[in-house]
Amino acid sequence: MTAAVKVKGARRTGVDWFLLFLRVLLIGLIAIGLLAFIAQQIDPNNWFARLTHDGEAASRLSWPQFRGLIVTGLSQGAMYGLIALGYSMVYGVLGFINFAHGEVFMVGAFTGFIMSNKFDEAGWWDGPIFIPVILITILVSTLVATATAVIMERVAYRPLRGSPRLIPLITSIGVSFFIQNAVILLFGPGAKGYPPNPDWLEETIPVVGIEVKKLLVIVVAAISMAGLWYFVERTKTGKAMRAVAEDKEIASLMGIDVNKTIVTTFAVGGAMAGIAGILWGILFKSVIATTGFLPGIKAFTAAVVGGVGNLGGAMAGGVSLGSAEALAPLMLLEPLGVEGPSQLRDAVVFTLLILVLLVKPTGLFGERLSSEDRA
Amino acid sequence: MSNATKTPILEFRNINTHYGAVHILKDVNLAIYPGEMVCLLGGNASGKSTTLKTLLGMVTPTTGEVVLDGEVVNDKPTSYRVERGITMVPENRRLFKRLSVGENLQLGAYLRNDKDGIKNDLERIYDMFPRVKERLTQKAGTLSGGEQQMVAMGRALMASPRVLLMDEPSMGLAPALVQTNFELIQQIHEEGIAIFMVEQNANMALSIADRGWVLQTGKVVLDDTADALLQNPDLRKSYLGEA
Ligand SMILES: Nc1ncnc2c1ncn2[C@@H]1O[C@H](COP(=O)(O)OP(=O)(O)OP(=O)(O)O)[C@@H](O)[C@H]1O
Ligand SMILES: [Mg+2]
Repeated sequence: MTAAVKVKGARRTGVDWFLLFLRVLLIGLIAIGLLAFIAQQIDPNNWFARLTHDGEAASRLSWPQFRGLIVTGLSQGAMYGLIALGYSMVYGVLGFINFAHGEVFMVGAFTGFIMSNKFDEAGWWDGPIFIPVILITILVSTLVATATAVIMERVAYRPLRGSPRLIPLITSIGVSFFIQNAVILLFGPGAKGYPPNPDWLEETIPVVGIEVKKLLVIVVAAISMAGLWYFVERTKTGKAMRAVAEDKEIASLMGIDVNKTIVTTFAVGGAMAGIAGILWGILFKSVIATTGFLPGIKAFTAAVVGGVGNLGGAMAGGVSLGSAEALAPLMLLEPLGVEGPSQLRDAVVFTLLILVLLVKPTGLFGERLSSEDRA
Repeated sequence: MSNATKTPILEFRNINTHYGAVHILKDVNLAIYPGEMVCLLGGNASGKSTTLKTLLGMVTPTTGEVVLDGEVVNDKPTSYRVERGITMVPENRRLFKRLSVGENLQLGAYLRNDKDGIKNDLERIYDMFPRVKERLTQKAGTLSGGEQQMVAMGRALMASPRVLLMDEPSMGLAPALVQTNFELIQQIHEEGIAIFMVEQNANMALSIADRGWVLQTGKVVLDDTADALLQNPDLRKSYLGEA
């Protein structure tokens, strides 16, 4: 245990009191917001609702609305989770945050844009062979994103191996700008549109009320995560990866090729980001050179919330972040009388980050790592 | 011993190793022959661990040759040497703490593809350490020090080595366990595996070894049979705690 562990009975400083105040404030607001939400679901015209809504009754959230929010949250969260895996894995093996990882996601989305438009010109995008066509699009986007991540490691990070961790971190910010500007140079600064999805993809499944495209996103993300989990936990290469993450010297003593394993880590993380990129394109139908920024930062947040270095945590962090982002505006902020709550989605994400860091600094699933555990 | 007629498995020829500008190993010559049990003695920071790491290619020597079965392997990676039958139980065990005991053992056999051989070796290790078999799914970091030592030895044996390097195998073990540990090392040796052991416990190590070296600030100052070393007055004074 480190010296940061508080000694029982030690005097609290002003900072401690301030942090305690923040914790109580945030948790209190969440509790009041939730209670107010429940109250106005039962009786939209209760006194608290009138108080927060300028004397008028609040409006109930209907079940289909609520269900819609959950599905939106899950599909967004699944994408955050996919991206978060790459942050977490690279942090696991190299101990730094690769801030250019959001750009790998963007490259995936861009490849999807090119592919889908080519297919659309050929009349295949909105046709009977959409399923194989979308699978090919996913595959190619994934490969391009993977290649981007691998080249990034080879060109930018490998020469810095062994230097203090701040250096690759700063480099990654540079790489991020480089890729953004390279994309602007190649495709121009404007937003690029995906072709319209086939009609059936935009429909809603009757009884359960889920939009088909969101279901597609959730299913593809779930399959990818399951595949990754199997790879990391069950295969020989996955074990080698975890061994390298823990102790490079001893991993090499086992005969593991450490460099190759690091490349694999970037490749797998890049593949996950690529899949997220094409899913993003199908969901939002537009991509721009800076598309990687906000989802990237949120996925990084998800990785931290889940406990960076912990893959299950990254997935869970992504899904909870996406859900919180979708649900909190109407379930917490609106009942508290906040105006235009949906515009505060991003604020919700980062407030959640602060809350998790205040309550459990290692993240929800993070284990405390002693410094000797880190390479 | 008729070592003169055999080729050593492992050899140092005038090895010099530096960490940055600091000169650690100074003109070291060593040879380990098949099936031998040798030990390396020396005070703290004399370069014992560095010797083992240089043998395995985890540290690159500045000058001199590391020779494996007559082949100079200076520019060959660790994996090449492991594949040819050298492995190590590192100082402080260095298990993969967040991996399970079973996974640690599997990683020991990382370079092997002979499924049946791997299975046999696993069984052999379970026989040797029944305790390990009970804890296959436990995270290695949660094992006791003694159990970690067993897993570390098991992990090294899973590589099916011809030479096993051991860096202070009795460090941190209770006195009763130290004895058992040495017996186990002897047992491994009797299966035909050459052992190169670094030890602080000079008495114990020399009592089971054939030959030994004494390292002092990176120089080999004594190189003799174990019996002769046990009788050596200088050694008795500095390492065996006799005034
Ligand atoms: N990676 C490194 N970088 C710089 N110096 C090192 C490194 N590893 C070891 N040293 C130094 O080299 C010297 C010899 O270290 P080594 O670990 O070989 O000693 P040792 O004989 O095994 O000691 P002990 O009995 O304490 O384990 C020490 O002074 C140590 O500080
Ligand atoms: Mg040592």
